[in-house]
Amino acid sequence: MQTLRRLAPQIVTLLAVCLLVTLFFPGFLDISMSGGRLVGPVIDILKRSAPVALLAIGMTLVIATRGIDLSVGTVIAICGAVAAWAIAGGMGLWAAVALAIGAGLLAGLWNGVLVAVIGIQPIVATLILMTAGRGIAQLITEGRILTFTDPGFAWFGSGTLFGMPVPAVIWIVTGVVMAQLMRRTALGLLVEAIGINRRASALAGVNALVLLIAVYMASGLCAALAGIITAADIRGADANNAGLWLELDAILAVVIGGNSLLGGRFSIAAALLGALIIQTIDTGILLAGFPSEYNLVIKAGLVVIILVLQSPRLATEWYFWRRSVREGPPPATTKEHAR
Amino acid sequence: MLLTIRSLTKTFPGTLALDDVRFDLAAGEVHALLGENGAGKSTLIKCLTGAYRPDAGEITLDGAVVAPRSTGEAQELGIGTVYQEVNLLPNLTVAQNLCFGREPRRFGLVSSRGMKAMAEGMLDGYGLDIDVSRDLGTYSVAIQQIVAIARAVALSGKVLILDEPTASLDAREVEMLFDVVRGLRAQGLGIVFVSHFLDQVFDLSDRVTVLRNGRHIVTEDIAALDRVRLIEHMLGHALEDEVEARNAGHVEARRPPMLHFEGMARRGVIEGFDLEVGQGEVVGLAGLLGSGRTESAELLFGLRAATAGTARDQEGPLTLDSPRAAIRAGFGFAPEDRKTDGIVADLSVRENIALALQARRGWARPIPRAEQQRLAEMYIERLDIRTSDAEKAVGDLSGGNQQKVVLARWLAMNPRFLILDEPTRGIDVGAHAEILRLIHQLTDEGMSVLLISSELDELIAVSDRVIVVRDRRHVAELTGAGISTETIVHAIAQHARKDGEAA
Amino acid sequence: MKLKTLLASTVAMTFIGLAAQAQTVGFSQIGSESGWRAAETTLTKQQAEERGIDLKFSDAQQKQENQIAAIRSFIAQGVDAILLAPVVATGWDSVLEEAKEAEIPVVLLDRRVDSSDDLYLTAVGSDLVHEGKVAGEWLVNEVGDAECRVVELQGTTGSSPAIDRKTGFEEGIAGHDNIEIVRSQTGDFTRAQGKEVMESFLQAENGGKDICALYAHNDDMAVGAIQAIKEAGLKPGEDILIVSIDAVPDIFKAMADGEANATVELTPNMAGPAFDALDAYWKDGTMPEKFIQTESKLYTPEDDPAGEYESRKDLGY
Repeated sequence: MQTLRRLAPQIVTLLAVCLLVTLFFPGFLDISMSGGRLVGPVIDILKRSAPVALLAIGMTLVIATRGIDLSVGTVIAICGAVAAWAIAGGMGLWAAVALAIGAGLLAGLWNGVLVAVIGIQPIVATLILMTAGRGIAQLITEGRILTFTDPGFAWFGSGTLFGMPVPAVIWIVTGVVMAQLMRRTALGLLVEAIGINRRASALAGVNALVLLIAVYMASGLCAALAGIITAADIRGADANNAGLWLELDAILAVVIGGNSLLGGRFSIAAALLGALIIQTIDTGILLAGFPSEYNLVIKAGLVVIILVLQSPRLATEWYFWRRSVREGPPPATTKEHAR
Repeated sequence: MLLTIRSLTKTFPGTLALDDVRFDLAAGEVHALLGENGAGKSTLIKCLTGAYRPDAGEITLDGAVVAPRSTGEAQELGIGTVYQEVNLLPNLTVAQNLCFGREPRRFGLVSSRGMKAMAEGMLDGYGLDIDVSRDLGTYSVAIQQIVAIARAVALSGKVLILDEPTASLDAREVEMLFDVVRGLRAQGLGIVFVSHFLDQVFDLSDRVTVLRNGRHIVTEDIAALDRVRLIEHMLGHALEDEVEARNAGHVEARRPPMLHFEGMARRGVIEGFDLEVGQGEVVGLAGLLGSGRTESAELLFGLRAATAGTARDQEGPLTLDSPRAAIRAGFGFAPEDRKTDGIVADLSVRENIALALQARRGWARPIPRAEQQRLAEMYIERLDIRTSDAEKAVGDLSGGNQQKVVLARWLAMNPRFLILDEPTRGIDVGAHAEILRLIHQLTDEGMSVLLISSELDELIAVSDRVIVVRDRRHVAELTGAGISTETIVHAIAQHARKDGEAA
Repeated sequence: MKLKTLLASTVAMTFIGLAAQAQTVGFSQIGSESGWRAAETTLTKQQAEERGIDLKFSDAQQKQENQIAAIRSFIAQGVDAILLAPVVATGWDSVLEEAKEAEIPVVLLDRRVDSSDDLYLTAVGSDLVHEGKVAGEWLVNEVGDAECRVVELQGTTGSSPAIDRKTGFEEGIAGHDNIEIVRSQTGDFTRAQGKEVMESFLQAENGGKDICALYAHNDDMAVGAIQAIKEAGLKPGEDILIVSIDAVPDIFKAMADGEANATVELTPNMAGPAFDALDAYWKDGTMPEKFIQTESKLYTPEDDPAGEYESRKDLGY
């Protein structure tokens, strides 16, 4: 019940965006079964939101510690390149997956050490990998799109599991596992505590150093999964374009999810709804068939409207407005009318 | 009367913050406004300064009914306020701060010479000899406080509200500030003085008004009151001897030794010191601010790594290189600055109390929700934490209750050695007495306490032994009947003289 | 051992002797930002080697000042000609004048500059509009009079290749009312975007059954779209015709598998025509045209796509 109340604004927003898209594209909510797999725009959205949703999971945790991880888009490119390199080099499916995840964890470890041990501000620390990392990915792919044909690996991008696209299954499972890990153990509480007041938490015996590193590694892990999906989707690693600017969409998803950039209380489910909202807008624009010059304007416009409607100040106004409607007009207004 | 308040009422969801309150202020008087935390002092002040709008009641200033809607409007009416935390801009110059918003202009441009003259004129009569073209932040808090007063007086000029102005000042600075206030009283200003320090109230005020639970209790001339009666008014019940010293006989009983610290030191922070703590013993640390009291405690808790020294208990040596290590050794530390080092403001009372226990258990073994709830409710009751429920964010509680939550966090750990750094600073007199009683109770149960405090009365009341710290050195140890205000002051003074001779 | 050393030194001597007679050409390349650019570098080096030209290569890493410094150093070394792939269009006047005073001909590759055209010998490049037109004309021939609903994957919105290739294609199909572009969206020239946008086209056009052909502004987007079509259960190349531009190796692979129908080459061999023009100029001072347009060759499955793939895959694409 409490969770539902926390998620209400995001659920309402998602439904509103779906309704809006349906107005422009009536077949939006159609879902059919074709060859053992579910087909339809909604299923496409679940599948396409995988990279941003996965990034948003890690980003939520990082932001809860009052940090930010700008490097995740680049880590997608690195991990995709590593996976494609391993597959193309004949190392086999699971070696490729393991190496990609290892690369993601390593990237997270690097960020975490810079932030927690050396004490660089998170935005600067992760900016280093954000700018340098794409070069690393290009070194691995030698500047070209490194393609492969392994159908096993491609399954991560375009396969189905119980009729659902595999990328959708991956992000939903990751999201549920992460959220449960945070709430069923004390991790969530400890992460929130160091985000709100790291010094006081450390004085209470919370191991802030290890937790911070772990959180950035979790972000790296999520980026690695997103990298695997992205590479598997196009059966190739495109170091120049994979994950480009996705870190910003992930931050946006976290913010639309109502999480504060100042750290503290967080909700992974809300951030995932945020990612779905963003992807619904993206796919909706494509389906509606507007000229591509309008894509970014429409997206920006909708995001502004969503964020304004969710702003705490407006929520307060709304609360008072509703109360005043229920209790009749306040005396001040009557006076105005009398005059 | 300069200012009269009648039947002022203000409600917040779930609480009646002010209930039919009255208050009078004459020109040329200092009127102290007293009450425990939550009594309604801040709400009353906020109604006066326009931050809140009262639900009912009337404020009359100079015979005219006023209803300020913002701080700016209150200022224009003649009501100025100076808060505990100076709300000026430390990175602007003193002159800029004083003239902010009404800078003298020449040809449409701000004239820095005109501004300097204006600022110096405003500070005239405050006994300050400072360069107004330097940044405000380079001066001490006391001077900043006086600059804030000068600005408030210049802008308003009728009523000056001082809200806990002395909380971060030392004795000399307090005296300097009071001279300024007395000067303003002589000029005919009406001054409302809010403070927790009863000595200062008796020192400065002409009249006292006490609020309790949002109601007006009493208004009296200060001369007609004594300390005990004043506290009675504030607490609403006769205070059982607040200062009940651990009687002399108590001391003779040797306490079994528990912890031994030898040669603990950190270069540039604190010189090497030895310390023995017995089971159930209260060791007091006395000394002036900056003498090395807090630093000693930080060394013991592993917050700063000691560069030399050893620690051991009856079992063997202890490592104290981090707070986590100290906690493993059974230590607890309630730091001086509650807001930045103690509470985790956005977390609930329940979560704050469970935090240290949870950190010790590790993330994989969460304390079940029901157990957290039980702990929280137990300590809310035991320490009388005033909160609507255990889910309220700690940041929304008053200072004293925040302190109790930090104490509850450590008590839940059942430590054998608890370090309390200024546990009663800035909290109301009721909570103050409760915390001292709690220390008695805990040590009776066998816990050892290291108490750091600026209030000698408090140290004398609860300590078995007092160690005097001066200039980053432990200089004297007083025990039993040897503990008194005179002996402590003497210890500090004597060593000061010795230092003087050596120099 | 001794024999080997002797042999090696003889070979080296022969080379030095040859090089002394050969022409020296300086090549200032932008960098290696794309596979196409890497292929251009590889092919330029190949062409120079085939013709016995001594090529001095300089990579500017996307910086004009590096290019200007390279050209000055070429002038100082007294090369016989300079090839320049300019990173930007403006700011070349003074350095081109220096080359002109030193009587060194400059040939622009691939991109143009805003300087007066007497400052360089000639420019070699492709015509982007023409490429689109070739693609459009191919489609007109392929479908004949049948109704054909086309979806278009544009390049990056606002970029000149996207604008010109769209214009050219529309010119190519002009006058054939049976061919209609029903959906047009940007795929940002990337494989991933090409796939994602194609998926939404398929959703929007009755699961793809209403789409007759796809026109993609580059091969990468087409490769992504082909995967989307396959995953939707349709056969790219049969159910939906695929025509795109660039002729990178991967599209030949798709063509060999019968999944793509046509691609228009943007040849990375800009150096070949440039060296031809230079040879004529060196020989008898023949002035070439100011713009040499490279051939926009159309490749279809009849042109041995498997062989094309093999010959291109190591060019650095």
